Formats: sequence, structure tokens, C-alpha cells
Amino acid sequence: MLAKLFFGYYAAVIILLSLLVVTRKNPVRSVMWMLLLFFHIASLYLFLNAEFIAAIQVIVYAGAILVLFLFVVLLLNLREELKVKRFIGSWPAGLFVSAAILAIVINVIRSFVLVAPPGRYSIEYIKEATHTKALGTILYTEYLFPFEIASLVLLIAIIGAIVLAKRKTRSH
Amino acid sequence: MNEILGTIIAPDTMDLLIKYGINILIIFLKIAAVIAVALLHVAYATYWERKVIGHMQVRLGPIEVGPHGLLQPIADGVKLFFKEDIIPANADKPLFYLAPVIFFVSALTSLAVLPFFEGFVIANINIGLLFLFAMSSLGAYGIIVSGWSSNSKYAFLGGLRSASQVISYEIAMGLSLVGVMIMAGSLNLSDIVRAQHQYPTGMYAIPQFLGFFVFVVAAFAETNRLPFDLPEAESELVAGYFTEYSSFRFAMFFLGEYTGMLIMSSISAICFLGGWTIPRFITDAIPFLLNVPGIVWFLVKVYAFMFFYYWVRATLPRYRYDQLMAIGWKILIPLALLNIVITGVVKILVKG
Repeated sequence: MLAKLFFGYYAAVIILLSLLVVTRKNPVRSVMWMLLLFFHIASLYLFLNAEFIAAIQVIVYAGAILVLFLFVVLLLNLREELKVKRFIGSWPAGLFVSAAILAIVINVIRSFVLVAPPGRYSIEYIKEATHTKALGTILYTEYLFPFEIASLVLLIAIIGAIVLAKRKTRSH
Repeated sequence: MNEILGTIIAPDTMDLLIKYGINILIIFLKIAAVIAVALLHVAYATYWERKVIGHMQVRLGPIEVGPHGLLQPIADGVKLFFKEDIIPANADKPLFYLAPVIFFVSALTSLAVLPFFEGFVIANINIGLLFLFAMSSLGAYGIIVSGWSSNSKYAFLGGLRSASQVISYEIAMGLSLVGVMIMAGSLNLSDIVRAQHQYPTGMYAIPQFLGFFVFVVAAFAETNRLPFDLPEAESELVAGYFTEYSSFRFAMFFLGEYTGMLIMSSISAICFLGGWTIPRFITDAIPFLLNVPGIVWFLVKVYAFMFFYYWVRATLPRYRYDQLMAIGWKILIPLALLNIVITGVVKILVKG
């Protein structure tokens, strides 16, 4: 009962906050609502006993990515930004597509049945081994290859950023 | 009273409620005690800083209010509380109100996971160290938002400087503590202290000297203290991000900064200097020291680190901004990465 109430609160607030993020006129306010949104998502992870993911959610998303968002938004000319229309002209099309995706998701969830037997990583196991250790062990043994591919993708992005920045200084 | 309640609520539910009620009460008392003690420390940290720097510059420091100026922090607090609260006309008011609260609350929340002595910690969580990183990154929002919402050039520049400084040094700080995590095999701060006590030298500062060096430098930058206090450099930016704040809103930034210093000192005491324990070879040589309560050792280490903060402030000049960034990205982060590699290799070799 308590768990359901808890989940209900976070789910409702997350939806409300996401709406606030996209509808606010002032981009700085949007970023601040998004900060609150990230904290609610982190709480939802905590509720799933995924404490490591919750901490990483706050450190990486709130602590690094969103600060960079804020950094960029601060450099915008806010007086002009406030006059610009909030949504582009084709927003009804976007609304239609999102509504269609929502309908698909609802139908998929309805027909979802749990067939596979519960795996090795039960809540008791994770509580005993601590979530960080369980996640680290599986990430660096069973899923090492996908993990390395993900890091390679990030490396390409970093090198790409450096290449773009260098070209810019040379042309000046 | 109990009979009336008993008819409404089943007796076993009643027991459960009493049990939870007492637990919650104990948690509240712990929080109140920790916040009261921490804020008292913060107040007297300012007094101590002025005294230390005064004597280093051959002055007396505060001397007028009370014996040896001991009541000076209280007088300062009362003065700040009764000053006029000025809000700039073009400020973004809600965010202007919010910024000092974010800054102060994120500093105070970090206190929740710090173990002060064996068994005393408000929240004994397995991700204690990550929680501290998360709260220190939240503190950056207080600075950036205050700089932006003040609608003033100096405050804005201070906020921008601080944003880039805090993000850069947070990476170095996080990486410097990875060596400690590898050695202790845990992110729980109490477990880190216990693992350290089992270790021959009793302090990770000795095998992790590289990590400790990076951590100390990053801790100075994270708390915006000299020699890295560029976000509030007086000679360039008046007072940086809190230029437009007055009265108690200013005091919240002030208290938050000193709480941040206390927390950084506590992290270094817990992760590198053995927390509430002292190395076993010392207690083996002088067994009498075992009778000293752990909180004394913890506070001695914290005070020593705080003194180091003041000492550096009185000694070193401020860095230039490009130098600050170069130190962070080109020296500290590679050093911290090197430390992780060395620690990992040694750990595997020792394990065999």
C-alpha cells in the first residue's frame, strides 16, 4: 500500500514536472524544474533498490549535464528569448505522434506477461551484495563488450568535439 | 488516553506506531544535535580564521567583543539578522530567493552521511561517498542561479566562473577518491574508516598520497577558497555571485561556504586520515590512547585540515583564471587517473 502510494506520487509529479519543463517561457526556469525532475527520477530508482543508479542519476545528469544546459541557457539573450514563440508551427503533428506512441505503450503494457523465471539478482541478493558491487561485477564480466562499445562511442564524441574546436581556431 | 486509542487502533498496530515513533524521534534528535553542533562550529570557524590570519599578519584579530573577542561571531550573526534585506528591482525574484536556500541546504544535507564516531551517523547508507558528490554538485546550482538571478554583471560573471570551476574540479575530486574506494572496497564511509583501521599504516593518506594531494587541491577549488576564490575575487568582481545579497540571505551563503569547508575537512579526515580511529602502531606503543573517545581524534583531524585552509589563505596569492583551468584539467585529472591505475594494479598484484 505504502509502496503504491509512493510510486503514485513520484509518477504523477514526474509527469507534472516534465510538462512544466516544456511549457515554461523562461529557459532558466525550465532548467530548474528539470533539476527537480531529475531528483524525483533518482527517488524512483531508490524505490527500486537501485541506489547506485540513483546516485549516478544525480551526479551525472543533475551535476554535470544539466549544469552545462544552464551554462548555455545563461548565455542566451533572455529578453529576445521570452518574445520567441514557445512552440513551432507544426506542433499538432508532434502531438499526434506522441499520442500514437502513448497508445502503443499502453497496449504493450497491457499485453505484458512475466514468463521468464526470476533470475539470480533478487532483492535479497542485491541487499546482501550491495547494489554497487552487484552492478559492477555484472557490468565488467558478462556485459564487458557492450560496455566497451558504449565507452568507444563516448570517446568518438570527445574526439569529434576536439576536432571541431581546433578547426575553428585555425580559420580565425 | 491509551484505552481510548486502543479501542480505535488495534494493539499490535499501536506497538508498531510507538516503535516507529521512537525511531523517528531519535532520528530527529540526531539531526538537531548534528546541525546545532555543526553551525556552532561554523560560527567559531569564522572567529578562528580571523584570529589565525590576524596573528599570521602580526595583528590581533577580533578582540573587542567579549574576552579575546570570543563573542564576535554571535555579534556578527545578530548584526546580519537585523540588517535590511535588499532585493534588486530587476532580479528574478523566485530564483533570487531560492538560490541561497539551495546552497545552504545542500551543504547541510551532506552532514547526514558523515560518521563522526563509531556508530554515530544519521544515515548509514551504502553510497555515502556518492551522496556527498551529488550534494556538492547541487551546491553549484545555488551559486550559478544566484549569479544569474541577481541581474548584475559582477554577480553573473562570478556565477559563470564558479560554474566552470566547480564542474572541472568535481571530476578531479571524484577521481581522487576512487583510489580510496578501491582500497576499502566500499562506498560506505563507516566501512572506509574500518577498512583503514585494519590497514597497516592506519591512514590511506600514506599509500594514497597522490590521491590525497589531488583531493586537497580540488577541495580548495570546490569550496571557492583561496588560492582558487576566483568566483568572488574582490579586486575584479566586488564579491562575485553574492554581490547583490544582503542581510540573512548573504549570511546563508556565508554559512554554506563554511559548512562546505567543514564537510571537505571531514571527508579528508574520514577517507584519508582514518576518521575516528588512530593508527594501530600508535595505540600499540601507547595503549593509554585507547581510552580517548573517537570523536576527539575525528575533531583533531578536522581542525588540523581547517587550520590548513587558513594557513594557505594567509600564504598564497590568487591564481589567474586560465592557470586555474590548466591546473585542473592538465595536472590534477591526469594525476588522479594515474593514481587509479597504480592502485588497481597494486591491489591485483597483492591479491595474487
